[in-house]
Amino acid sequence: MATADIHITEETHHDGHEHDHDHGSNFWTTYIFSTDHKMIAKQFLITGIFWALLGGTLSVIFRLQLGFPEAELGWLRPFLGDWITSQGKIDPEFYLALVTMHGTIMVFFVLTAGLSGTFSNFLIPLQIGARDMASGFMNMLSYWFFFVSSIIMLTSLFIETGPASGGWVIYPPLSALPQAISGSGLGMTMWLVSMALFIISTLLGGINYITTIINLRTKGMSFSKLPLTIWGFFFTAIVGLLSFPVLFSAVLLLIFDRSFGTSFYLSDIYINGEALPNQGGSPILFQHLFWFLGHPEVYIVILPAFGITSEIISTNSRKPIFGYKAMVGSLLFISLLSFVVWAHHMFVTGMNPFLGSVFMILTLIIAVPSAVKVFNYLTTLWKGNIRFTPAMLFSMGLVSFFISGGITGIFLGSAAIDIQLHDTYFVVAHFHLVMGSASFFGMVAGVYHWYPKMFGRMMDAKLGYIHFWLSFIGIYLVFFPMHYIGIAGYPRRYYSFTNFDALNSFTDLNMLVSIAAILTLSAQFIFIFNFFHSMWRGRRAPANPWESNTLEWTTPINPGHGNWPGEIPTVYRWPYDYSKPGAEKDFIPQHIPFSETLESNFEQENELIKLEGTDSKAIVIDGK
Amino acid sequence: MTSDIKIVDDAKKQLSMHPKKFGLWLFIVTVVMIFASLTSAYIVRQAEGNWFVFELPWQMWATSGIIVLSSVSMHWAYISAKRDNLESIKIAISITTILAVLFLVGQVYIWGLLVDENVFLVGNPSGSFLYILSGLHGLHIVSGVIFLLIVLNSTFKYKTHSKNLVQIEMCTTYWHFLGGLWIYLFIFLLLNH
Ligand code: HEM
Ligand SMILES: [Cu+2]
Repeated sequence: MATADIHITEETHHDGHEHDHDHGSNFWTTYIFSTDHKMIAKQFLITGIFWALLGGTLSVIFRLQLGFPEAELGWLRPFLGDWITSQGKIDPEFYLALVTMHGTIMVFFVLTAGLSGTFSNFLIPLQIGARDMASGFMNMLSYWFFFVSSIIMLTSLFIETGPASGGWVIYPPLSALPQAISGSGLGMTMWLVSMALFIISTLLGGINYITTIINLRTKGMSFSKLPLTIWGFFFTAIVGLLSFPVLFSAVLLLIFDRSFGTSFYLSDIYINGEALPNQGGSPILFQHLFWFLGHPEVYIVILPAFGITSEIISTNSRKPIFGYKAMVGSLLFISLLSFVVWAHHMFVTGMNPFLGSVFMILTLIIAVPSAVKVFNYLTTLWKGNIRFTPAMLFSMGLVSFFISGGITGIFLGSAAIDIQLHDTYFVVAHFHLVMGSASFFGMVAGVYHWYPKMFGRMMDAKLGYIHFWLSFIGIYLVFFPMHYIGIAGYPRRYYSFTNFDALNSFTDLNMLVSIAAILTLSAQFIFIFNFFHSMWRGRRAPANPWESNTLEWTTPINPGHGNWPGEIPTVYRWPYDYSKPGAEKDFIPQHIPFSETLESNFEQENELIKLEGTDSKAIVIDGK
Repeated sequence: MTSDIKIVDDAKKQLSMHPKKFGLWLFIVTVVMIFASLTSAYIVRQAEGNWFVFELPWQMWATSGIIVLSSVSMHWAYISAKRDNLESIKIAISITTILAVLFLVGQVYIWGLLVDENVFLVGNPSGSFLYILSGLHGLHIVSGVIFLLIVLNSTFKYKTHSKNLVQIEMCTTYWHFLGGLWIYLFIFLLLNH
């Protein structure tokens, strides 16, 4: 009943203003405080790109230290000021700040907000056939909470005591005690405030995504006809909804420990021989709370990228996705499992070995749905009519990274091996490949693929190829050697290795890694150029540049507010009818009824024609 | 146009819910997760020993009673709205609001009693947890009171009636949830203090 109400208002509104989309809107409501999901998506994207560049730059600075410990870095003084010591070296505490901010920025601001914020916002209404998100206002709030959170995090980089420095996992007691490290002063407070706002932003976004997907699908868009992108965003939002509140609890208790003198995480601490008053807390408690978010978080980062990849690989292989149901099932299974494996980050906290084994088994089970996904990507590619668009290359790159990074997960998941490898560069290699690079490639692939829909123009493919190969090779050169460095026992987050005899080897390998990192970052500027240049100078996009099946390509090239000028198309088939035997073209979009494709229908699909009827309004709810 | 409207309704009957109500339920899920994680943290921490044990003040029974009563009056408001009985909506919501404020006052009073018992926010985590749990719940009650006032306001503007129930329905859901949440916390504390 109520849904109908909403559609009435929307539809009448729309008919009234069909020729005048910008009726009553000005610069502020169109570009700044917009409630249109497409504009909000672009806001998230641009902010995300900014953060990605900043996060990448931070990492190159600390790579300079690791690759060239003897180098004179005085020339960075104009940018970093006193964080470069008078000997021209990076201040050791600032090194920790760099690592912390790099991690925080990349995990949360780029790969969570930048990725989900962009593509969930942009694609959910367009692909399920809705005029906008369930609540445009909440959606706008979500962006602005993110924006304020960004400003606070950014400001913390410039304060005198420096930003948070306890690692992106902010373990207390280090993060709780300003006496321990200068970054745990004001910088940490700002980190916590910023993250609290970030959590609110994510929850507002997530509530909207879930509500929209469940309630605003167009006629005929049953769950079994949803594109896998939407499934990916859907599970991401659910996982986020269940796990981010837990981070909120962890952060809340930490705030009380830091600012009000409670002892949730603190006990028996001596500083310069003097005992702190805090008694009875447990730092392990923080780790439990943190990783209960932290592990699902890594899937929040990768699941949207999975969705995007499924869509792009199927479209550009000109083949139906292999095992649609298995793809959905594995997303579901991964999401469920992601809540019961958190303690694999804590094998060395002295936990009960029996409990450790339970978590080990649960962790290793994740390899099964992960392998299903990889298998299905490969079988979709197999004997496909592959079109190597830049988006396709980046998607295939994702699959490659996911395989090479996922395999090391199995090593780390075995408690006995993890005791050796924990907190070494091996872990760094693992998660940068499987999460960082894979998810980053998914995001970039998405930008190349949906750029025409976002800006009505095409990005330059040649620059895309150069960008891809430099990034792909660069990333492997950066992270592959880290496996060796890690197995050799190099701990992560160390400022310098040259002080220890045992760790004095591998300087050449570290140098190689740093050079590759600089190259990889430089290659991203090709993308940035391509991105902004094509906005004005790119070739004008055709209506359906990739000959894709999903609904967003049925909108006008530059969709206005409300997405479809007339009625929203009805959906009759799943989104993966590529190269269907007998069909005229090698793709049949979702809104084409079976009655128009008699030559390619399967038997059971011919049955469905009856239900389509003459009155195109009566529609099959579920095509099974 | 008319036929259009009917279709939208028809094709979605199975799953569709009012988006705002649905959003409220999702919000409730996030609140549940916050308290679930805090109470789990409580149990995990308690299991590690060094846990200061104290008696819960009996007045907590009273505040719990108040919150249950407020749920009853909230429901009365909802039923009155369904029956278009505007006067009793106003009375019922006012009673609910007053009970809510009483509850908050009671909770703060209980904090005072705890301080007299030498249970402080700063000190053994057993006490800190109690303050955090009841304080955070209290904040949610404050948000609920704001919601109540909004509904009260629109009742005075004749906007709450049987044809326009969404707002008061959502408020009722939220209010029952907050009451239930406190009862859960109270039982939890009774069993685990
Ligand atoms: C086969 C599947 C996987 C297994 C068995 C696995 C296992 C593990 C284990 C045991 C660790 C802890 C290592 C340590 O700190 O000693 C770890 C770290 C990590 N994993 Fe995985 N992983 C898998 C897949 C993934 C995926 C898909 C992602 C992200 C998309 C991911 C992201 C991470 C991250 C970010 C860390 C490091 C967190 C930190 O300490 O900063 N892993 N993984
Ligand atoms: Cu994990």
